[in-house]
Amino acid sequence: MRTRENRVTQIIAHLFCGFIALCAILPFILLITSSITDEAWATQNGYSFFPGELSLEAYKYIGVQWDMIGRAYFMTLIVTVIGTTVSVLITTLFAYGISQTNIPGMRTVNFLLIFTMLFNGGLVATYYMYVHYLSIKDTIWALLIPSLLLNAFNVILVKNYISYSIPGALKEAATIDGASEFKIFAKIIMPLSLPIIATIGLMTGLSYWNDWQNGLYYLSGRGGAHLNTIQIILNNINENIQVLQQNASQAQAIGANTSQLPSTTIRMAIAALGILPILVLYPFFQRYFVKGITLGGVKE
Amino acid sequence: MIAITNKRDGSREKKKKRWKQIIPVYVMILPGLLYLLINNYIPMFGVIIAFKKLNFSEGIFRSPWNGMDNFKFLFATTDAWTITRNTLLYNIAFFVIGTVVAIAMAVLINEIRSKLASKAYQSLSLLPFLMSWVVVSYLTYAFLSSETGLINNSILEPLGRDKINWYMDKTYWPLILIIVNTWKSIGYSMIIYLASIVGINQDYYEAATIDGATKWKQIRHITLPLLKPTFLTLLILSIGQIFRSDFGLFYQIPQNSGALYSVTRTLDVYVYQALLRNSDYGMSSAASFYQSIVGFVLILAANFLIKKFNRESALF
Repeated sequence: MRTRENRVTQIIAHLFCGFIALCAILPFILLITSSITDEAWATQNGYSFFPGELSLEAYKYIGVQWDMIGRAYFMTLIVTVIGTTVSVLITTLFAYGISQTNIPGMRTVNFLLIFTMLFNGGLVATYYMYVHYLSIKDTIWALLIPSLLLNAFNVILVKNYISYSIPGALKEAATIDGASEFKIFAKIIMPLSLPIIATIGLMTGLSYWNDWQNGLYYLSGRGGAHLNTIQIILNNINENIQVLQQNASQAQAIGANTSQLPSTTIRMAIAALGILPILVLYPFFQRYFVKGITLGGVKE
Repeated sequence: MIAITNKRDGSREKKKKRWKQIIPVYVMILPGLLYLLINNYIPMFGVIIAFKKLNFSEGIFRSPWNGMDNFKFLFATTDAWTITRNTLLYNIAFFVIGTVVAIAMAVLINEIRSKLASKAYQSLSLLPFLMSWVVVSYLTYAFLSSETGLINNSILEPLGRDKINWYMDKTYWPLILIIVNTWKSIGYSMIIYLASIVGINQDYYEAATIDGATKWKQIRHITLPLLKPTFLTLLILSIGQIFRSDFGLFYQIPQNSGALYSVTRTLDVYVYQALLRNSDYGMSSAASFYQSIVGFVLILAANFLIKKFNRESALF
């Protein structure tokens, strides 16, 4: 009786979880198969899991256009590396600082940090300040600074980790030995916080790699084109399709046509290239990633 | 005499030491603090733009005041009602459906005995969470495009049905947005619940098994009640966010199609469109102010309520 019940539970569990896992992965398979489909066949038959004719034309096109796409790839990489490094550094320094509640003012700073999770000025005020007063439009700062550099939630995760997992006695001993605060930070806090640093580093790296919103807000079509990342290029292609779709009749009237746009298969190939590093690296950082979500899921 | 001097020297020495500890810490938090000031605090004062007739070249302070006019114009349109309704209803739907599916999957994945299968399901279901909304919009387009979409070409046509012009027909969009959002976020919220389930003391289950409780009874009377704290925390967080929406989802997935606005446009999308597409600072700043202030009040209210019922779960 019990074993039969257990077997039923197993079957239901596998069916349900398997179905969700399949739904999760199928669209990516469609993305890959359509990027290696023959363009003419794709136009005729649409996206398909089982393309009738295969072709690597789309990837060849990317090779030809490598000036633009390679540059975007390079920009994505630069922005991700610089953004993540700076972000992790200032997040950890800040978290270590406010973890020292015996220093005057740190409680106030802690409140200032938490308050940013409750209230913000909204897009208009933020946009106006960055564009009008700080003039970051069409500069690399536009991709690095707004919204992504320091995140209150990450600070709280690191701060809690330092408070609960690093014994205070370690720090005291180092202070008695005459170590400076910076030395303590670099030689004790950083090495001992590696698990949480890896976690927030991955999360931040992912948000820089995937960011298209800063590009949408702060890069203009022409002036900022040299700064385009892969995600921004994907977004730009999307917007051009929309314009053409919405003005289909007008576009025909003025002689513009969809051939000015990268074709169906090429678009998918660029998208595939954009997610490739995540797919390749995911098995290696998956463990940290799950740990990060688990940490992030529980209350501060 | 000598003793007193010594004492004085001692306290000065101590003070010096204290400052030696304090100043480096101030230096350490300085970059982060500066960033909060620029990215978060200065824009908070910028909400006064909502009460100004903004002139871009004059700046905020020299632009003339406009009283409540921006708000009058915003709430005179039907847009104000539509975007508020969409934002609220989608958030509620996402929370209810997301929670049900996530808990169901977490409970079931915890039952799976094969470690390999369990890990594979977890890894795969988390993949969509790692992708940007732009990429997800490409994936959605592959299914829904009216000429080349998989659904029209490989499902509806072979069945002899008419093709559907998905991006022009708003009937299906509430469902499409709910599916896409659940698809993207399920792996993430499932793992949060799974972490709580794994943390439950095994003794409860052993005792229940000895008492002859079935699997279903164990789930109902042990697992689900013990998930309540996690559920409450997520509920409060989502009430606090109920006036915000994922800009990427509502902007990228419907491809900004005008025909769908009445069922896809939320506050965030409206603010963006009014600001950057139409350069309408009046409407945009009014909607942005409305969103920030009402959102803030809702967070305070949610926290107040939770404090009354369950102190432990309060956010602050």
